[in-house]
Amino acid sequence: MPVVMDADRIGRTLTRIAHEIVERNRGVKDLALVGVRTRGDHLARRLARTLHEITGDEVPTGALDITLYRDDLMRHAVGPQPLVRRTEIPFSIDDRKILLVDDVLYTGRTTRAALDALIDFGRPRSIQLIVLVDRGHRELPIKADYVGKNLPTSFEESVQVYLQESDDRDEVVLQGGAA
Amino acid sequence: MSSSVSAAASERVAATLLRSRHLLGIEDLSPEEIILILDTAEAMKEIGSRSIKKVPALRGKTVVNLFFEPSTRTRTSFEIAEKRLSADTLSIAIASSSVVKGETLADTVLNLEAMHPDMIVLRHASSGACHLLSRICRSAIINAGDGMHEHPTQALLDAFTIREHKSRLAGLKVAIVGDLLHSRVLRSNVQLLTKMGAEVWVCGPPTLIPTEITRFGVRATSDVNQAVADADVVMLLRIQLERMEGAFFPSLREYFNVFGMTDARLKHAKPDVLIMHPGPMNRGVEIASEVADGPFSVILEQVSNGVAVRMAVLYLLAGGVEHETAA
Repeated sequence: MPVVMDADRIGRTLTRIAHEIVERNRGVKDLALVGVRTRGDHLARRLARTLHEITGDEVPTGALDITLYRDDLMRHAVGPQPLVRRTEIPFSIDDRKILLVDDVLYTGRTTRAALDALIDFGRPRSIQLIVLVDRGHRELPIKADYVGKNLPTSFEESVQVYLQESDDRDEVVLQGGAA
Repeated sequence: MSSSVSAAASERVAATLLRSRHLLGIEDLSPEEIILILDTAEAMKEIGSRSIKKVPALRGKTVVNLFFEPSTRTRTSFEIAEKRLSADTLSIAIASSSVVKGETLADTVLNLEAMHPDMIVLRHASSGACHLLSRICRSAIINAGDGMHEHPTQALLDAFTIREHKSRLAGLKVAIVGDLLHSRVLRSNVQLLTKMGAEVWVCGPPTLIPTEITRFGVRATSDVNQAVADADVVMLLRIQLERMEGAFFPSLREYFNVFGMTDARLKHAKPDVLIMHPGPMNRGVEIASEVADGPFSVILEQVSNGVAVRMAVLYLLAGGVEHETAA
């Protein structure tokens, strides 16, 4: 199982993305971070800390659970329902520039669900997408604005992101696939 | 989840799914399933605080609310929960249905089923009506109160409200005072609270204490001060005059004098006691207005939480379950 990003690499990548955010938005005014639960949430909080170190400003940060917006919900005749977690967006997203954060961009279906969910909270001025890993194979017309690492993969492979907050280590691992 | 209930006996975690496709009573639920419902309800509660209070989870699902008994709270609560999850809902008022023309419950429901609903929420005056339907229906049946048997979503929303304030259920002393005999809320609550490790006391006139209630693992008394002493939660039950066919106590006034919850009686409870009532309240019978509207009352919070809990139940049952063919 090849480790494609280790702790140092993840740390440097997030610092680089934070600088790109400041550069592209000319500061952090009107920005807010929203992480897709659960690992996007951790990444969003790390980015908020780095942005604070760079600019001295606090960027409001929230967590979004997209379960109830999934396009595969209720499409299986039987089976346990996916666990619903709490969405916490303790600020108005109206007229803000939202930075949506997820760990892996794959088919784009999670991002589609997150966009629908966000729009139910208000009318942001814009939404930009941040992902730690883009592994390709999009099924919807969705593209990330900030990418930690482009990782070409096959369908058989899977990309696992482990983060200190939930998994006790920082690591991106490429798993499976034909030998 | 951080909000898991830390039982003295065992550290319990949420189940990953409900084993049954119906919710007929608390009797069938494991402690882990109860935690799953309560944890899911926490996530659902946030939806009610948004400006757009709606998620697309149950889009295309049809839910029939079939209420054979009067209800404001429960029926409205289920309807709002269904709408917040984007289900299509219809509510059947029994006064305008074929039941008044003599149709049986089974026939009424089989005819409704022929129109392919996904879930049926049933309230009925007969204990066991939901079990009967669960044997003849394809739809998922949710019990919204059957006779004197169970009212599971009420017990779940009570537990949710207690957990929000006390962050646990295990080890709490809960006193349930009122008309125990006719109460389905009692039967559901007693089972839920004892399953989750609470210490439950039930209290009422001897004529209104069901025989063998102590087999549920609760303490029964007719001394209200003993029941309330050091209680973390005091739950009042309505005196159900409509279900009483005899004289169970001399007068409502005497009932209030002996059992009615007043500020004076509450002095024996814990200083942060919660006052609960499933509604509708008879002020001046089981509860004094000073208590119902007092600082310890969470009676209206119970109503708000009811929507979140019913959303959780609807969501968890809508997916169906692996029945015989477990993968």
